[in-house]
Amino acid sequence: MKYYRSHILIGINETSIAADVQGFILALRKELGKVGLSDEINLLETGPLGFFGKGICLTVYPENIHYENVKIEDVQELVEEHFLKGRPVPRLILEASSKFQPQFNYKKRIVLRNSGLIDPESIDAYLGTGGYEAWEKALLNMQPQQIVEEVKASGLRGRGGAGFPVGLKWSFTAPLEAKQKYVVVNADEGEPGTFKDRLIMEGDPHQLLEGTMICARAIGATKAYIYIRGEYKLCIMRLQKAIDQCRAYGIIGENIFDSGFDLDIEIKIGAGAYVCGEETALIESLEGNRGHPRWKPPFPGVKGLWQAPTVVNNVETLANVPYIIANGADEFKKHGTPECSGTKVYTILGDVAYPGLCEVDMGTPLRTIINDYAGGMKKGFKFKAALVGGAAGVILSDRLLDVNMDLVSLDEYSAVLGSGAILVMNEHQSIVDILWSILRFFRHESCGQCAPCKNGTQLLYRLINKIKKGEGTMDDVDMMITVAETMQYTSFCALGQSPIMAVRSAIENFRDEFIAITKE
Amino acid sequence: MYKEICSKYAPTKDNLIYILHEIQDAEPQHYISKEAVLAVSDYLKLPENHIYGVMTFYSMYSTTPRGKHIIRLCESPPCYIKGSENILRKLGIILGVEVGETTKDGMFTLELCACLGVCGNAPVMMINEDVYGDLSEEKVEEIIESIRGRQ
Repeated sequence: MKYYRSHILIGINETSIAADVQGFILALRKELGKVGLSDEINLLETGPLGFFGKGICLTVYPENIHYENVKIEDVQELVEEHFLKGRPVPRLILEASSKFQPQFNYKKRIVLRNSGLIDPESIDAYLGTGGYEAWEKALLNMQPQQIVEEVKASGLRGRGGAGFPVGLKWSFTAPLEAKQKYVVVNADEGEPGTFKDRLIMEGDPHQLLEGTMICARAIGATKAYIYIRGEYKLCIMRLQKAIDQCRAYGIIGENIFDSGFDLDIEIKIGAGAYVCGEETALIESLEGNRGHPRWKPPFPGVKGLWQAPTVVNNVETLANVPYIIANGADEFKKHGTPECSGTKVYTILGDVAYPGLCEVDMGTPLRTIINDYAGGMKKGFKFKAALVGGAAGVILSDRLLDVNMDLVSLDEYSAVLGSGAILVMNEHQSIVDILWSILRFFRHESCGQCAPCKNGTQLLYRLINKIKKGEGTMDDVDMMITVAETMQYTSFCALGQSPIMAVRSAIENFRDEFIAITKE
Repeated sequence: MYKEICSKYAPTKDNLIYILHEIQDAEPQHYISKEAVLAVSDYLKLPENHIYGVMTFYSMYSTTPRGKHIIRLCESPPCYIKGSENILRKLGIILGVEVGETTKDGMFTLELCACLGVCGNAPVMMINEDVYGDLSEEKVEEIIESIRGRQ
């Protein structure tokens, strides 16, 4: 292996592609070649770097310097100053990083352990990190029952929002006798403010595939589908490439590693509907129907895709599985809390100094996440509220900053971890406005199948609109809680049951604001 | 054209969404015409109302002709608090259209959409396949001008 004195990691994502990152890389390679550094400096195209800068972003190791918004015109200066003379270029350094070094904590990561470090488009890079060893172990050294037991013992819970124990879910499907079973990966990420799954797939697609394979083996499925939203072009491209590489290496296909087990993985593309994140709606969509949720029971684990037993899991959930199988449930349980093991990937947005993604142990308080991983509030702003979990989440006030972020602790405050989106708002932002935006979203995304949700989301939007214009009364405000509560009890699926969380938390935590804007 | 696209897929219902995607992409006006629905209905042996049902359910399909460039501005909370309303107003002024309308020259259609998953760079919009982030009113003007200039 070649030894390099320095590594330049370049994040390839939607934003950097728009800024012509490919042109930039060509220019950088040429310039490095010109000054004779091609053999000393490694240029690595990789996934998310862990922070969101503008345009093209670079991280340079071992100095651990982050550059943002670098342009082709800057290449010469960058090479001459930084890579030849060893003087980083201050004007290009990510603004917040001069005062704050984000704790990227690779040692503690599970899901993102390779993200931003390896080339996501190379199977060899993944194999080099011990990739597919868990798959080999699961396939050759473990019985399906043992895999299910191991995942059960790990205490892994679904990371899509509902938090259902994963091993338990698999244990319903595994013993069923059926001609065909399926694994469906839910990559239809649509919760506003959430894009952890996109980053996981962009940064390390093979890890998701490995988790999917292990799940398929555990439940006896020979076919897996990844249902992904159409907007995630880069994910689709990288996953397809990863699947093709696996086929070429014989990691999937027929009679894998002479085990007698067959498996094929296929990507299916969605067409834009939030409700398709609900597992039965997703299955309907896969079958070529409107994405209307189904009546449960029977649950998909018994009758799912084309009435066959089907396990539907979120991307982040499955990305945890290779680690559990490779290192054992006990190792996994060293992360997180006793009731809620493992880590959680968050996307932190809004008025923080350093918006980005982080992976921390379950149970880490919100305050720590904001201060240690996002650099605290943006300069000159005060914390007012955080929307946690996207539109189907809750609006927390500063009183709840020290709550531990795990499924059990949050539940005590009728809050949810949801999808892992944290949207931080400053003191100038109006809670009424943000609630209005959330309820507009629900009105648009209700699938229209059941009356409580179809009519309830309309009614909630009309009420908040009236309040936002200053024409509402406190009766209207309390009416919103009644409506949302009714929806919670009577709606067919989680979509209609969700608005109550935002409505109640906004009104309870920020009642003064509603009093101020309403009439007597 | 429709038959050709259809024949790339097995005539099973689960391929409906992909066939519709491909037909819409191949159509210069980015929509699915009545003729297309009839052709797909014939190929998949599905009633027309099922196809209309699916088309109108998913936000990515259109039943009416649209412009060459489809602008989809995100209106979800993360973009909203970063000022997507101002961007919408600006787009309306530059293009002279309301949401859902197409410019007279057939160049642009203005649409709103839900979260695109690029919230780190809010406010965000997509124009056809391309994502544009960190939008400001000036930047929006530049983007539209540069697309117009390319023609």
